[in-house]
Amino acid sequence: MSERIDAVFRQLAKDGRKGFIAYITAGDPTVERTVEDVLRLAAAGTDLVELGVPFSDPLADGRVNVESAGRALKGGATLARVLDGVRAVRRRSGVPIVLYSYLNPLLARGFEATVRRIAAAGVDGVLILDMAVEEAPSFAPAMRAAGVAPILLVTPTSTAARMKRIAAEAAGFVYCVSRTGVTGARKDLSTDAGDVLARMRRATRLPLALGFGISTPGQAAAAAAAADAVVVGSALVDRLHGAGGDAKARAAVFAWVARMARAAHGAGA
Amino acid sequence: MPRILREPDRTGHFGPYGGVFVPETLMAPLEELDRVFRAAWRDAAFRRELGAALRDYVGRPTPLYLAERLTRELGGPRIYLKREDLCHTGAHKINNALGQVLLARRMGKKRVIAETGAGQHGVATATMAAKFGLECVVYMGRVDMERQALNVTRMRMLGAAVVPVTAGQETLKEAISEAMRDWVTNVRTTHYVLGTAFGAHPYPLMVREFQSVIGREARAQILRREKRLPDLLVACVGGGSNAIGLFHAFVGDPGVRLVGVEAGGLGIRPGRHAARFAGGRLGVLQGARTLVLQDADGQIQDTHSVSAGLDYAAVGPEHVWLRDQGRARYEYVSDTEAVAGFDALARLEGILPALESSHAIAWLLREAPRMKKRDIVIANLSGRGDKDVQQLTEWKSRR
Repeated sequence: MSERIDAVFRQLAKDGRKGFIAYITAGDPTVERTVEDVLRLAAAGTDLVELGVPFSDPLADGRVNVESAGRALKGGATLARVLDGVRAVRRRSGVPIVLYSYLNPLLARGFEATVRRIAAAGVDGVLILDMAVEEAPSFAPAMRAAGVAPILLVTPTSTAARMKRIAAEAAGFVYCVSRTGVTGARKDLSTDAGDVLARMRRATRLPLALGFGISTPGQAAAAAAAADAVVVGSALVDRLHGAGGDAKARAAVFAWVARMARAAHGAGA
Repeated sequence: MPRILREPDRTGHFGPYGGVFVPETLMAPLEELDRVFRAAWRDAAFRRELGAALRDYVGRPTPLYLAERLTRELGGPRIYLKREDLCHTGAHKINNALGQVLLARRMGKKRVIAETGAGQHGVATATMAAKFGLECVVYMGRVDMERQALNVTRMRMLGAAVVPVTAGQETLKEAISEAMRDWVTNVRTTHYVLGTAFGAHPYPLMVREFQSVIGREARAQILRREKRLPDLLVACVGGGSNAIGLFHAFVGDPGVRLVGVEAGGLGIRPGRHAARFAGGRLGVLQGARTLVLQDADGQIQDTHSVSAGLDYAAVGPEHVWLRDQGRARYEYVSDTEAVAGFDALARLEGILPALESSHAIAWLLREAPRMKKRDIVIANLSGRGDKDVQQLTEWKSRR
């Protein structure tokens, strides 16, 4: 399970570098564009791509990702079409892909059959936003059996006992949320970030990715210093949406991604 | 009849329903709330404080009123109305808002937030926040703010900030998501006063316990009055808090039939109703595993009801469990039937019911004539209809 994820983190550790993870909403504005985005993200130095599965009621997301999911749904994105996109990426790239989803779209056509389809398409892990670890025993075994890593979140409000339970269910890496709140860019990185990383280190040997609110190369470097990887989400979604179909504007976005990735990579040196 | 399982497990599962389907950030406060609620519920001092406030501030016990003209008109069973519309602020919602605000004080939280559909829960929360000096923010869909404008004014007069929610369908579901976003962000200072027996554990259990005073009173009142238990209870079901509040004290009495009435809206077609038992499938929405109105891909469907308080895509998990066990059944009435229920109660009994509660009355208009004359029915009159007068006037002028 999650060989591509494990291999990326092993290589980063060997090179003494930190990882760069990019989040985009699948299907915003079309699945075809998402395929191109993933390939260009990988070319710009992204180590792992998180693909948001659009959902009508994304309660853990801030405005940028909510609107992005709305555009994707309007464009006709479904989980089946997102997986078509993953297959298209897989024909040209081995970049690890993690789906970032709410539970209901994964339940709609049967959870076990759905995770098998997800694995067969070439997805490496799934992060289910609204699956608290209490509910993981009903879902994580099917994910592991299908060869999809259950990626779990920890937050500044997670207790030591919860971190232990999360570590026991998780595979691939653990997504550490840097602050309380929904997704979205912030001016200052929360002071909670160091604390959540330090406490999670004591609970697991899995790599730790830090995310929520990172939007500048400076923040990426600062975040990467204490973590194994940083995640950039809303700031990227916002830029891609702003660029639209304009080739020059899109090139500028991926140049920015390359700067973010370099800042993260360099933080390990 | 086999013994009905009445209690959820430690993480809120009623059989396969309920549970805790929330982002990890919310788990610490939910665990705290579960701990504080269980301790308070066992604490005699808390129960005394709650009981005194229910009596002196809310105005409990509410009357159990024999609706004689309605009974005669329908020619069926003797119909009693549990008068939750006579609670302070005009609906059962305050039973729960009071309990949760007392808990917020026990947790040392100085700020409360709430979602509201019809506005009754928002008014109740704003009221309790005013009484105890807490900051209060209420999230309300923009569409609901228009159709329940009176309650928006009331909340603002009570000192609450009412925040319009403009996402999606701009009704109750979006207001809940927005309240949860606020809670995730301000979790250390804020308690989320969820208004119905829905969401993640411990809310369905806790809200039921705070609302179960309705059924406890009704049970004692009917035994005093009729020297026997009723044959049937009927209540409207949005999230399901007034229904579970009435039903709970009777769940162990197999002779008492339980009927929940959902919003059939314009008919059982996608986007035109809110009858989850008629059109829903098992899914997860806003914290709970339950029946959800959704499309084949798991996207949540739009809903419609003339009553803002029933206009929601999912139903409280305990109701689905009661249905599975054969203990309760759930039916629906249309918008038009609900308005006829409103009119009937207004003209026959001099009571303007909330459009939500009118669904229970409408079910009686349809079903009571087929029931035995010696039967006894209790309908939960969960709220009063002043808030709906404006909207009803417009509804009628369009016809």
